[in-house]
Amino acid sequence: MTAIAKVVRTTAFKLAATYFVVFTVFAVVFVGWISRETDRILTQQVQDSIEAEIGVLADEGLSKGLTGIVAAIEQRSRVPGASLYVIADASGNVVAGNVTEVPSALLQRSGLDPVTIPYKRLEGDSTRHLAMVRVLPLPNGLRMLVGRDVSDIERIRVVVAKAMMIGVGLLIALALLSWFFVSRRVLKRIDQVSATSRRIMDGDLSGRLEVTGTGDEFDRLAASLNAMLDRIEALLSGLKEVSDNIAHDLKTPLTRLRTRVEAALAGPERTDEYRAALEATIEDSDQLIRTFNALLMIARIEAGSPDGAMASINLARVVADVAEFYEPVAEEAEVYLALSLEEPLPMIGSRELISQALGNLVDNAIKYVKTGDAPPTPARVEVTARREGGDIVIQVADNGPGIPVSERERVLERFVRLEKSRSQPGSGLGLSLVDAVARLHHGNLSLGDAEPGLVVTLRFPAEG
Amino acid sequence: MRILLVEDDRETAAYLVKALKEAGHVPDHAADGEEGSFLAEANRYDVMVVDRMLPKKDGLTLVAEARGKGNDTPVLILSALGQVDDRVTGLRAGGDDYLAKPYAFSELLARIEVLARRRKPGEAETLLRVGDLELDRLSHTVRRAQTPIPLQPREFRLLEYLMKHAGQVVTRTMLLENVWDYHFDPQTNVIDVHISRLRSKVDKGFSETLVHTVRGAGYMIRDSHR
Repeated sequence: MTAIAKVVRTTAFKLAATYFVVFTVFAVVFVGWISRETDRILTQQVQDSIEAEIGVLADEGLSKGLTGIVAAIEQRSRVPGASLYVIADASGNVVAGNVTEVPSALLQRSGLDPVTIPYKRLEGDSTRHLAMVRVLPLPNGLRMLVGRDVSDIERIRVVVAKAMMIGVGLLIALALLSWFFVSRRVLKRIDQVSATSRRIMDGDLSGRLEVTGTGDEFDRLAASLNAMLDRIEALLSGLKEVSDNIAHDLKTPLTRLRTRVEAALAGPERTDEYRAALEATIEDSDQLIRTFNALLMIARIEAGSPDGAMASINLARVVADVAEFYEPVAEEAEVYLALSLEEPLPMIGSRELISQALGNLVDNAIKYVKTGDAPPTPARVEVTARREGGDIVIQVADNGPGIPVSERERVLERFVRLEKSRSQPGSGLGLSLVDAVARLHHGNLSLGDAEPGLVVTLRFPAEG
Repeated sequence: MRILLVEDDRETAAYLVKALKEAGHVPDHAADGEEGSFLAEANRYDVMVVDRMLPKKDGLTLVAEARGKGNDTPVLILSALGQVDDRVTGLRAGGDDYLAKPYAFSELLARIEVLARRRKPGEAETLLRVGDLELDRLSHTVRRAQTPIPLQPREFRLLEYLMKHAGQVVTRTMLLENVWDYHFDPQTNVIDVHISRLRSKVDKGFSETLVHTVRGAGYMIRDSHR
């Protein structure tokens, strides 16, 4: 690509060229219209004054005859001004008047319309001027010419033409200036954005766009892009944290599994030992698969692909089913599981995912309600579902030890398991999954204090 | 029974063929989709086990084509894709059951046997009977030795599913899917607790136990006198 083609392709050039063309067309049309109108008005004025002169001279002629007209012309010719007078005989010789060199053909003209002709004055400069004249026949074959100089109109035309040229010149200068401004000031910032993006793509995630503080479009764009970059950086660091956690939470059981198999192989060749080792291996791999599945599921939900069809569901039924499902588990653990529902609770959602999320919450509550230093008697888990304005609110509350305020945010993160929960089986992914399911349904998850105990609140937008 | 196994992983296939033979079945193995289609057309099988991702022709196409040709052999689809929407796609293509990898062989075997049995008539039976236990599907009543046993609706469905497959192993996942219509892993041994509660209603006080635990696999309801 040549250098010129490169320049032509820039936005700055295109903008400047567009402005130039638009304003030039506008200016030419505007100035052209003004000059035409001015010309018309001035010409009309000249015609009118010629008619007036002729009127006056005709009056003289009527009262004093031909000599009166000649006398009046002689007198008027001496007054310096723009008017021209000529009286000539049939052969074209000038009898009276203030003009020399009148084309003789003109004097033979009998038309009444004024015409524009070149002429020379008797006195004064010897240059040729332009005048608009009218020729009238007089008795005795004499002819009279009355006219006015129109050099002023010509001068105005020249001025307008000059103004037009200067104007277009100015417009070109302005176009160049705007090109310069746009390319230097505005497009430079766009180039900065490109440059920063390239740097970020090359791996420097800390790069941010400059916000000048003028609050213009570029500042707003830069601010949005920076917010997006913040989000990406947060996601990536989250991803890194997760992969570290995966490394820990998946590698630990894998190592344990491997060690066990190795120990069994190194030990005595006894079928029962082998059997025990293999059974434990299957158990470990099942747990690994579970963790793996949960991770995949969270990733999939967070990517926004709804797992299974979203449909109109009555959340009250879903909650009742889950409570019924876990009720025997609660009974076995000697935990009182209470359910209170408002019916119906219509919403758009996935029965499967919400059941799983709710199952996690109820399961957690039953598991942890008695883990405090002084287990409550009776241990209670209460599941409620009700409408609050346009929202459906599900709460799972227990009267167990609860979670300290400082830890509440942290338990929502993947793989985070509070120290005391390490004794219970689980992947540390349960609440992350619940959180992901809530967000998929445009809802949210929050942890609070049930005084005593933990209350987990799920809030979904209701249907309709 | 005759089983067609379409699975491209040689090691898995070899293990499955061996294990199915040990369980008393007659498996044929195809290593790709085209061979699978050929065998499915050439022979009559009781069950087809088809991996979803296969070389030459994918599993869902194989099943859809077989169904198009009027082959109504029950199909179990195996897949690494285990999410609910994958399952729905699999069942829509003509599969009768869907099992996500990795799976336990006992789970696969239990599902194959239930699928094969499904073909036999008797689906419309209104009275299910195992030993002296009777379940009436119309009146929703259960009796053992003529004594009525009151059950919750879900307990009724659990017992109904077990009795429908009397003499067959049903796994926890099968119960979860068919009785509760859940396809997730409830982490805790919820199903075991439900079974033990059902047992306490059905078996308690009777000399003979009907609901049996099959170690490492699941449960089975069975009349030991037959």
